Formats: sequence, structure tokens, C-alpha cells
Amino acid sequence: MSTHKRLGLIAVWFALLPSLTQAQQFGQPISPADVAPWDISIGPDGATLPPGHGTAAQGEAVYAAKCAACHGEKGTGGPADVLAGGRGSLTTGKTPSKTVGSYWPYATTLFDYVRRAMPFTAPKSMTDDEVYAVSAYILNLNGIVGIDDVLDAQSLPRVSMPNRNGFVRFPRDPG
Amino acid sequence: MAKRKSDRGLAEPAAGNGILSRRTLFEGAIAATASSMTAAGAAAELLPVQAYMQSPGAGFATYGQPSRFEDKVLRVIPPPPAPGLLGIGTARTPLHLLDGMITPSGLHFERSHSGIPDIDPDQHRLVIHGLVRQPLMFTLDALHRYPMQSRIAFIECAGNSGALNAPQPQPLGIAALHGLLSCSEWTGVRLATLLEEAGVDPAARWLIAEGADGASMSRSIPLAKAMDDALVCLYQNGERVRPSNGYPVRLLLPGFEGNTNVKWLRRIKVVATPTMSKDETSKYTILLKDEKAWQFVFPMEVKSLITRPAPGIALTSRGFYEISGLAWSGNGSIRQVDVSADGGQSWAPAVLQEPILPKAPVRFRAPWQWNGGPAVLQSRATDSTGMVQPTRAAFAAERGLRGIYHYNAIASWRIDEKGEATNVYA
Repeated sequence: MSTHKRLGLIAVWFALLPSLTQAQQFGQPISPADVAPWDISIGPDGATLPPGHGTAAQGEAVYAAKCAACHGEKGTGGPADVLAGGRGSLTTGKTPSKTVGSYWPYATTLFDYVRRAMPFTAPKSMTDDEVYAVSAYILNLNGIVGIDDVLDAQSLPRVSMPNRNGFVRFPRDPG
Repeated sequence: MAKRKSDRGLAEPAAGNGILSRRTLFEGAIAATASSMTAAGAAAELLPVQAYMQSPGAGFATYGQPSRFEDKVLRVIPPPPAPGLLGIGTARTPLHLLDGMITPSGLHFERSHSGIPDIDPDQHRLVIHGLVRQPLMFTLDALHRYPMQSRIAFIECAGNSGALNAPQPQPLGIAALHGLLSCSEWTGVRLATLLEEAGVDPAARWLIAEGADGASMSRSIPLAKAMDDALVCLYQNGERVRPSNGYPVRLLLPGFEGNTNVKWLRRIKVVATPTMSKDETSKYTILLKDEKAWQFVFPMEVKSLITRPAPGIALTSRGFYEISGLAWSGNGSIRQVDVSADGGQSWAPAVLQEPILPKAPVRFRAPWQWNGGPAVLQSRATDSTGMVQPTRAAFAAERGLRGIYHYNAIASWRIDEKGEATNVYA
């Protein structure tokens, strides 16, 4: 074997080396359809909102049964977070009451969080219709939607939240 | 000059109200004060042969526990918002009873939003999907096949020290006030390795990380951080991550606010824009003096605390004490810590104990001669970016005191004539 040939073989071997050492691939391919049941994140565009619908009128009973014990009868006065009121309390010098109505920038966040995390003792137990309805009820308590407005995958992302423009990026963001 | 002082057993002052030169810690000049107490009494009373020296000790244990005499070294758990709401809240590290830079795993602070899930690792799956070439699912066995890295890193809850936003100083101890800070050696797989295997789409800028707890706590994280130093952790201080810290797998984002270090990690979705989860909108945003709020405040900025003396550990006699504490920065490493015993009127540099690591707490020490009178102890850290820990007034001037999160201003312990320490504003 000539020196050139030998060098050539060594070069080929080195060229193969990275592909050999990078073969640490232990993730199991999974189809988007199989991931779908786990994909419970709802972004502001609402693209992943499920079918279903509900109104505040329908949500009142859901709220009374599953939410009021911790969040109070009308979204205030319970041991857990205040959900309603607080408009105007973010003003300079005031003690803020950061509620869905006064502070939350996106209505999609409400659906996302209620569905994944509420009620506290039985998260993920509500139907999508119940989540739409109770979201509508909480928004209605804040005067944001009407009692008979239908919330669904199309209408929820279009709900205009009062504090939508209340957030700014941190000035010392290293990214 | 210094040599002569040292010979006389006197330590060199470095700042007001008894702060001594840090050289004192190495020169033994404190011996004169320490040796003034003379032992007395019959030899058998002074140095008795104890019963445990006259019989064999206990046998071996499969998992060791602290001495039974250390049963007061416990986390502090504030009451839940309502009796049924266990699992919403915190358990806070007793920083004043620890030393060094590592927090024992059983004393690492806990913060959870829906309790601690009881996860069987064989049933647990981590999924990466969204803007990727190939969605992937990982078992714990699969994660263990990858090359691993270890790093020592602090995790600090964004709400740590939040009580210092209150108009009046709260009469609480260091665990209740500042105990949402802990440090471990974390070991795991680089998140970048797993993301590269899935093949990240060029349009991706963020990901959302989600836990397998009841609340499925989720946070949007910049892709740049994920590709930089994010670690998918399987081990904490050498053993598998504790359940309260995310067993069997948690995300570590060194330097970022604790809430983004998602525990019980089950899903990472690669996306173009933030998902705007509940915890990055209604919580973990900083309401400023006006109606605006900072959003996506990730790094915990430069901060330090004196952990000893501190409330609950009274000074017993005048004389020499070592002031000891922790300093850390989510933006880099600690360059300098200064200490003051006169409420910030004068400062002297503390000794920084090795190792000094980026995004890890540094143990600092400074010698102090307590004259028995009132004192206000403070520490002030400077990090490798040049950022200096602000005074409470400067902190409030920038953002007000309505923000709850990311409180990093200089903290103060007032020492009274009895040697008791209390939280004050100075």
C-alpha cells in the first residue's frame, strides 16, 4: 500500500469518525398526532384551542360548584387569587389588585390555565365546554364579555383584554 | 507596622464599628480575644470520659441522617392560603444554620403550585415537539444514555426576599425572608443535545417547558438560553433529583429565576413566540411605579446576604465574630463583596472563598470585633459584569416597591445591645 493510499484511508476514517461519535440518538420518534393529547398549551393566537363552546350564563353554575370555594362567590373574597375587579388599581401609588380583568393580557391564558390546573383538587377534570363556559363567566365578572357571548376557538383569541398593552420587556434582558 | 500590631494581638480596623482587615482571618490576630477565657475546675469535670467512649457505637445505616442533635435545622414552611390548599407555597432554606456553598438536598428550598407529584420514573416521558424536524419521546433510560455534565448552580425563586418590598421591615428570620435560595451540584444532559437531535426549525425563537405536576406548570424560555447552558437534570448533589425538586427530571437554567427551572419536566414545545402562560403574565412580571410591568425578567441579578450573624443566633459576648454570607449573580460570577457594620457608612472587602463559579453562590467571610453596642450589618456584592447590588433606596427609585419579584437590594441586620439580630431597613 502506497503512502498516499494509506493517507487516503486515514482521511476517510477521520471523515467517518464524527458520524460514528454523533450516533448518540436515543429519542424515540413520535408522530404529532400522538403528541396532541399532551399539547395543552394555548398561545395568544388560539391555534391549539379545542372544539367546544360556552357562555357566562352556562359558566355560572360551573363556577359556583368548582371555583367559588377558593376564589369567592363573584371572584373576590376567597382564600385563593382574586379573579375580578381591580380595574384602575395599577395606577402609581395604589396597592395593585392584579386580577384577570385588571392585569391579565390574554384571554387565551385563562382557558389554558383553567383547563390544565383547575379546580385545584381535580385539575384536568373539566370538559372543554365547561372550561369555555367558566372562562366566559370570569371574563363576564370583569365586564369583558356579555352574559350570552359564546366563547369558542374562534372568539376567545379575539377577546380584548383591558391590560393587553401593560407589559414591556425588561431593559437589562441579556438575550 | 501590621506585624507589630499582630504581635500585640490587635487586629487592624478596615471599616467603622469594628470591621477588621480581612487579613485578620489569616494572621491569627484574634487569638488574644479568644484565649481570654480560662478553663477552670477539676480535670474529671472539665474533660470527662463520656459513656459513648466506653461502649461500641451504633451500626451502619443504608441511608445516613443528620445527628439527632441537629433536629432544629429545618426548612420554614409558611402556612398555606387555606387549610385545604396544601402544596401551594414554599419550604424555605435555613441559611443561618448552614455554611459553605452547597445546600443539602433535604434543605433545598421548595416551591410548588400544586404539590409534589409522586412520579414513577419508568412511567415518565419527556417529549420534544413543535417546530422540530422530528418530534421525539424520551424515557428515563434513554436520557441516561447521553453524555452528562455537572455544574454547581444556585436556584433562587423570583419571589425570594419579596417581604422586603413591604413599607415596614417584617420581623422575620432569614429563612422566611431570604430562604428561597439554594445551591446544588446538578448533573444531566445538555438540552441543546436533545434539541439538535429533534432538529430545530430556523423559525423557532422560544420554547415552552412544562411539568408533570397537577398544575402542569409551564414557562416560555428563549431558545438562545436553551441552546446555551440549559441542563436536563437527573442528579442533584450526586443522587437522583429529590421529588420536591423535580424527580425524575428537571430543567436547570443557570442564573434564571427559579420558576423557569421547570420541575418534573414532561414536555418541551419549540415555538416562534412566547405562549403567554399564566406564570409569565399574571405572575412573575414586575409591576413598576407606573402602570407598566416588566415581562420576561429572567436573570436573578447580583445579590448577597449575611447569613451569620442573623436573627435567631444571638451574639453571646462582645469580641471577635466572623461575618459570613453568600453572594451570587445570575449574570456571571462574583467579583467582590464588601461588608459594613455601620449601616453602609463605611465598607471593607470580605474574603471570597474558592471556588468562585459563574451563577453559583460564593461564600464570603469578614472579621468583626463587636464592641457590645448597636450595629447594622450589611453586605454589598459586585459581579463580573460590574453590576453592584443596589441600596434599597436605589432599587425602589428604579422600579418602585410593587413588583414583588426579583428583590435584590442590600439587606440589613440590626444588632442590638443584647446581640440579637433583626431585619431592618437602613
